[in-house]
Amino acid sequence: MEATETKMIPIYIMGKRYEVPEGLTIMKAMEYAGYQYIRGCGCRGGICGACGTIYRKPGDYKIYSALACQTAAEPDMYLTQLPFFPANHVPSNYAELEGVPEDIYKLYPELFRCVACNACSKICPMDVPVMDVIAYIKRGDIEKAAFEAFDCIQCGLCTSRCFAEAPQFHIMQLARRIYGGKLAPKAKHNAEAAQAVREGKFDAMLNQLMSMSTEEIKKEYIEREIEPETAGDDWKPKDAKWLIEEFLR
Amino acid sequence: MGYPESLKNLIKKIEETRPDRVEKKKAGIEIPAMTLDERATLLEAHHPDCIPGTRRELKVGPSQGYAVAHEFADLLESKSRVDPDKVDLSQIDYETDVLVIGGGGAGTSAALLAQENGAKVILTTKLRHGDANTMMAEGGIQAADKLWKDSPGYHYIDTLGGGHFSNVPELAYRLVNDAPDVLHWLENLGMMFWKKPDGTMDTLPAAGFCRSRLHFAGDITGAEIMRVVRDEARNREEDITVLEFSPVIELILNENGQCAGALIYNMETEEYSIIRAKATIVATGGSGRLHIQNFVTTNHYGATADGIVMTYRAGLKLKFLHTLQYHPTGCVFPEQLEGLLITEKFRAAGSHVLNVDGEQFVYEREPRDVEAAAYIKEANERGKAVPRPTGGWGIWLDSPMLELIYGEGYIKREFPGKCKQFGRHGIDISKEPMIVYPTLHYQNGGVEFKETGETDIPGLFMAGEVGGGIHGENRLMGNSLLDILVFGRIAGANAAIYAKEKAQDGKMSLAHVNAYNKEVEEAGIETEVVSPMLLPNYIEKKVRDRQHSSHYVGNIR
Repeated sequence: MEATETKMIPIYIMGKRYEVPEGLTIMKAMEYAGYQYIRGCGCRGGICGACGTIYRKPGDYKIYSALACQTAAEPDMYLTQLPFFPANHVPSNYAELEGVPEDIYKLYPELFRCVACNACSKICPMDVPVMDVIAYIKRGDIEKAAFEAFDCIQCGLCTSRCFAEAPQFHIMQLARRIYGGKLAPKAKHNAEAAQAVREGKFDAMLNQLMSMSTEEIKKEYIEREIEPETAGDDWKPKDAKWLIEEFLR
Repeated sequence: MGYPESLKNLIKKIEETRPDRVEKKKAGIEIPAMTLDERATLLEAHHPDCIPGTRRELKVGPSQGYAVAHEFADLLESKSRVDPDKVDLSQIDYETDVLVIGGGGAGTSAALLAQENGAKVILTTKLRHGDANTMMAEGGIQAADKLWKDSPGYHYIDTLGGGHFSNVPELAYRLVNDAPDVLHWLENLGMMFWKKPDGTMDTLPAAGFCRSRLHFAGDITGAEIMRVVRDEARNREEDITVLEFSPVIELILNENGQCAGALIYNMETEEYSIIRAKATIVATGGSGRLHIQNFVTTNHYGATADGIVMTYRAGLKLKFLHTLQYHPTGCVFPEQLEGLLITEKFRAAGSHVLNVDGEQFVYEREPRDVEAAAYIKEANERGKAVPRPTGGWGIWLDSPMLELIYGEGYIKREFPGKCKQFGRHGIDISKEPMIVYPTLHYQNGGVEFKETGETDIPGLFMAGEVGGGIHGENRLMGNSLLDILVFGRIAGANAAIYAKEKAQDGKMSLAHVNAYNKEVEEAGIETEVVSPMLLPNYIEKKVRDRQHSSHYVGNIR
């Protein structure tokens, strides 16, 4: 099946006019026009931050932003991509950070130059409330900052607009890592399992499984008990054959 | 914006069957899963890997006679992008202990572990650091770390079952054994796992697994992992140098038969440079952008099988490359989102898959290949799939029913990324279902390597999607984010040790490329193709037909 008739629309790529079929994403429209991307294109799925795009519409003073791979081209869109923006990443020894807001203040003191203009939040193609996140960090609420900044794809558009010249996306990254590794409650069950791995506790079990014939392992597969979908963490299997405690008994 | 009237009418059928289906789900009544025999019959009849005439036997190279998809064969039965005789190997541009090729999860974790083991590292990557399928992996990462109900043993059994018992046991062993430790490492690097207030990591069941062991960070688990390891690599910039937009074109060997570095290409200035390295790690990822059999793909822009080409020319054998994974739930509507991955987490959480009549026709948690084949059968044989406005077929994925099971707000909370992506096109997936169809997702196989990360070429290591054998003929959900980190770390550590203890000096050479080019010629292959491919070309044919300059004059084509 082919669409009956494709309507063509004009778009302006860095000021130059091209006719492209209606309904294409900005990325596909640029390719249609003859561009082969080297920069400005990555995952094509809206998560990698390579294709940040800024544009204006006719008769409208506002600056709009988009991800080229996620946004349909509109008639008379006047656009350019911003595939890279220089931003200061301050290296740190993560293991030695203390997990306090001061970790961030020391590395990125410029965040205090924020004048709350909100240009960063406005341009964010992921609707991250960037300015608010910076404010949460300033008042020491790293947990809140980490979750509010979770959708950041590090495209750099916020930084390109920042009056304080702050690299928000690096600052938010640091906040997330400090929360994830130093403030969030640790997974005790995982630490224990990891320790067991390092002690080689599962070697005998896995060696036994590995030496099984295809028929034997098939039998294990077919007969294994399936945890019910809605079971919680307190669920216990009836058949404990390959649980480590049972195995070592 | 939103669904057109024709589809809105079809959605009504889903809404009609939904209350009954939800009641049954709540009562624990599921439609039956297939037996192993039923799966085999379905796969043979309807899986894309099984379609006659879509593969051919390779005429050249170490796996000569092995049949792979034409799109792979076209790249392997071709000459190099570069004439080796023009390259002056006495002019070394970069020297390092460990060279990592690829800037995804495997390459980056390899770089970190190589550095921790005392190596100076160069990581070179075709696009930006982090432009990789890792970034796009959504659902989560598997690890058996709730030992009161789970163990790496069960994880091993599941993994082999998913791979139809064809996996290389030693590789599967390492995968499941190291899993809890990899998560521990990620937690300590600051990854934001979703957790209970007491720190217990949230887990979900997933297709083909007997335990709930899929760990996650929202619905962007891969992106969260990539952001964290990339940030950490940047922290170590004194020891880890990153070269972006610099794909490797060929590996360089030395007179002792060891890998001695690589020839890289600056995609912007178009110059070639030489990296000499004591050890080299290939972590170049997959190949979705070859669009095998014209399938759309969920893969990132640079997934073009470059690592397969360069290692094959250098003498490594292929393994399981004949099997590809078609993710059952690729987005096919709206067209702008075509190819977008709809995470398996929807099915893991219990979203039914439905035909045009709003009926279930397959259990939603079959392994991926089985699930995909069932959708294709529903379309091609039974004619019961959903007709797409732009042509082709789709299958309904009933996301709104999750709101009835887990409570209002569940979809927004658990799938914020997807809500945003569909919301941009006027579709609220907490109220309306999605239309999906199988899409080219993962290269199950690749190049042969060992559980130590080593290959048959001394000094050449491998990790990630480019390697074959871990998953056998079919990979399960959440085992690939795991695989890249398990084997990235192993390859990184072992490459650093190799660089220190075993690497020998020797005259560098591209003779293997000359020999390969000659082999292609002698096989009587006539082709315009040069490889590696580097990037797909999506320029409109009309424009391409008017690109009359066939070669460079000065620096302009």
